[in-house]
Amino acid sequence: MSTPTLSSSDKPAQSLSHLAGNVEQPTFSEAVQGYISKVRGGDMGSLPAIAALAVLGLVFFALRPEKFITNVNVANLFQQGAVVMLMAMGLVFVLLLGEIDLSAGFTSGVCGTVLALTLTRYGWPWYLAVIAALVTGAVIGIMLGLLVAKVGIPSFVATLAAFLAFQGVVLLMIGNGGNISITDKVILSLENNNVPPLLGWVLAVVGVGAYAFSGLWNWSQRRKRGLLAQPIQLVVLKIVVLAIVVFVAVYELNMERGPRPDLKSIKGVPIVVPFIIVIALLLGFVLTRTAFGRHIYAVGGNAEATRRAGIRVSWVRISCFMICSTMAATAGIFAVSRANSVDPNQGGSNVLLYAVGAAVIGGTSLFGGKGRIIDAIIGGLVIAVIDNGMGLLGYSAGIKYVVTGIVLAAAAAVDALSRRRARATGRG
Amino acid sequence: MRTPAQGAPDLAPPPSLEVRGGRKNFGAVHALRGVDLVARAGEVTALVGDNGAGKSTLIKCIAGIYPFDAGEVFFQGEPAHISDPAKASDMGIEVVYQDLALCDNLDIVHNMFLGRELKKGIRLDEAKMETRAAEVLASLSVRTVRSIRQHVASLSGGQRQTVAIARAVLWNSKVVILDEPTAALGVAQTEQVLQLVRRLADAGLAVVLVSHNMNDVFEVADVINVLYLGQTAAQVRTAESSRAEVIELITSGSSSNAPAVPVAAASAPVADAPTTDANGSTLA
Repeated sequence: MSTPTLSSSDKPAQSLSHLAGNVEQPTFSEAVQGYISKVRGGDMGSLPAIAALAVLGLVFFALRPEKFITNVNVANLFQQGAVVMLMAMGLVFVLLLGEIDLSAGFTSGVCGTVLALTLTRYGWPWYLAVIAALVTGAVIGIMLGLLVAKVGIPSFVATLAAFLAFQGVVLLMIGNGGNISITDKVILSLENNNVPPLLGWVLAVVGVGAYAFSGLWNWSQRRKRGLLAQPIQLVVLKIVVLAIVVFVAVYELNMERGPRPDLKSIKGVPIVVPFIIVIALLLGFVLTRTAFGRHIYAVGGNAEATRRAGIRVSWVRISCFMICSTMAATAGIFAVSRANSVDPNQGGSNVLLYAVGAAVIGGTSLFGGKGRIIDAIIGGLVIAVIDNGMGLLGYSAGIKYVVTGIVLAAAAAVDALSRRRARATGRG
Repeated sequence: MRTPAQGAPDLAPPPSLEVRGGRKNFGAVHALRGVDLVARAGEVTALVGDNGAGKSTLIKCIAGIYPFDAGEVFFQGEPAHISDPAKASDMGIEVVYQDLALCDNLDIVHNMFLGRELKKGIRLDEAKMETRAAEVLASLSVRTVRSIRQHVASLSGGQRQTVAIARAVLWNSKVVILDEPTAALGVAQTEQVLQLVRRLADAGLAVVLVSHNMNDVFEVADVINVLYLGQTAAQVRTAESSRAEVIELITSGSSSNAPAVPVAAASAPVADAPTTDANGSTLA
């Protein structure tokens, strides 16, 4: 593919080197073939999750066409999935290290309770309460990180201990059988309000425009420097697909969906959507564009090699636990907003398991070193679709759990098998 | 016991790395009991010795993983104290470990720059790193890596070794220490790596090659330093010694043919005939 033959006229004037200067840019079909061989070699990324999403969507649509794909329900999907997605985004950092955080669910509970208590009992303004919740999360994360990275407790055990302890902390803070209601409008709007339709369009156009610009700019820069770049058709195709998806979604969500529009109009993109996108972009930037992010992948791939490269591995570990717990706090804030209140089971039951499941279903490896932020969103959508679709079909909670469990087992099996396959084909 | 180098008027530049009387104890175990090593720029210095002779300990001491208990280290003629690995890299001493410290889940560029990423603000400067990595690989005449953006896991053993070595020379290093670079390789790949080792020396680096394999040693080394039970048995020039002699030194610590030559004298450079194999050999 990159035999050292000089080709095409778009080479830089100063040929940089044999490798960089003589890159033969792949054509569109070569890029597609390359992707197919990558998938066959075991590097499937989010493909199984997207396939699952499509299959589940079709099944539910076929069974309940009048209910499943309505703008009411699509808006619901995001609002239901938000808590799981946010927590899963944080878990991706810990999973990338090859660690786990079992306490993230109750960390979100503790932080949600901190938010509720500071708002109601101490009367703090919403922004201070949010900061208090986030700082609580960060401190918890640092503590967990120290236990794992410095003391050397396996993360499974350290966070299992925290899981038990935080469950108790929530109970102590709220009191047995207690319940704190939230009335703060800003906090409640997070999960319950929508972006005004016009602003929704503006955000969509700006977002797609920024993506298109950065994609094309990146492409032209790499071509100019004679580095391997994706074929332009692929770059444009990605932009077009994204634009279609975003614009159709915004159009649909901007339709009136209130049951009684004359009384209360409900339309617009749920506020959680831009929130999740902004946080995902930020965390994705950290993971893929900064040295710190690179070091996270390195620790997950080969911690000893990373240490020998002069990177402070324990610092990377502690930071990841801190990010994970801070994201759990963010998820906790959204959970409080959605429930309008906190009770002692805040962050309990299946929240954490759904979040770990979301990351793994999305394609993040439990073995470390492989995963992306987008995995959390796609996996979170899969879980929300199962939960929501089976609810619409009238199945009991028992059956929902069984199906979700099967999907998670399938995702973990895909992870383990693709890893084995990747070893066999030498793709890691 | 041995003549210090500054005793004689020396017109040649000082050795890139010199160890005199290096000692290292682990509790009651005397791992190194007086080691002398001279590595000159442009030369491959082989470090040989039986299992337990102290080869690994010696390179770890040089790399700063655990400092010498006694003895002197000179770096380019200046006394040096290598207290930790970061100091060693700062000075320009790089070690390529036997178990290749590479991350399988990262690509070649990322591995080469791991821990020393080039940045533009807080962002990684991917384009610059990719260009630099390609330049270094090209300068080492590595041409058959399909793409420097492929994951290291997909590389052959020889290619992985090449990436590890390229990573070591990326930073203007002066001394490169290779720990058994061919131990896990097949015949063809061993040959390619040995050619690469030769090119490093020809490019002006001081290369220290730890090896068990006499074929490898006699193929690329200019100087052979033999360790025996934690002590330097002799440092001999390859051209002036035979395989039997070196094996005798390894197994018994002395040789009937060769008198124990002072290390500094034995390593004096001879008129340098540049080797001619700097052409582009390829890695499979």
